[in-house]
Amino acid sequence: MSNDTPSEKARLQIDANLKRVFREQEQAELPDRLKDLLSKLKAQDTKGQDGNV
Amino acid sequence: MIADPRDELVNHLPALRAFAISLTRNGSTADDMVQDTVVKAWTNIEKFEPGTNMRAWLFTILRNTFYSSRRKAKREVADVDGIFTENMAEKPAHDGHLQMTDFRTAFAKLPDEQRETLILVGASGFSYEEAAAMCDVAVGTIKSRANRGRKRLAELMHLDADGPVELTDKVTIAVVANNGNSAF
Repeated sequence: MSNDTPSEKARLQIDANLKRVFREQEQAELPDRLKDLLSKLKAQDTKGQDGNV
Repeated sequence: MIADPRDELVNHLPALRAFAISLTRNGSTADDMVQDTVVKAWTNIEKFEPGTNMRAWLFTILRNTFYSSRRKAKREVADVDGIFTENMAEKPAHDGHLQMTDFRTAFAKLPDEQRETLILVGASGFSYEEAAAMCDVAVGTIKSRANRGRKRLAELMHLDADGPVELTDKVTIAVVANNGNSAF
């Protein structure tokens, strides 16, 4: 038996809290610069393709 | 017509940002990391194998970006009291033994590798094998990091102490309540 292993009860509680913390962060609104990033990359690609003609 | 895997990127942004915040403990650094990751993914999309797990691929790029920048800027101080605990004022400590504020603070104290492992296997649902591949270490290393991280959290939160368990998870509470009802 390893001393590094918490009890099953503690493990379940910790994982429930980990999921909750992660879920809260996932649900937070994305900042504008991240929301706009993909459309900017797409626009850059289109521009690059036009320029390469 | 073959779908462009880049169209899928948008679906992973919230999880990617949550992972970045867990790693960096700093909102603005996390956003920089996500931005770098998305740009790298976009420009190297041909390296993504369709049919494989895109989230795992993105998380791997993000963690590589994180450790590479950490090596470059060893002296940068993480904003432990910043975004990671910013919900403190909004969420009063009313949930007893397992106060989320305390949990966040305890979690932020873990070494990067343990925090990362717990987010991957404890919160994001990756298997030990998947996490090991993402972190480029042996499965045993991931298990050991997860165990040590959970053990440390249990100590910081006094979860292994004797006494009644106070449950905060809504599902668990609902199950307990239902069991209680059926007994009467």
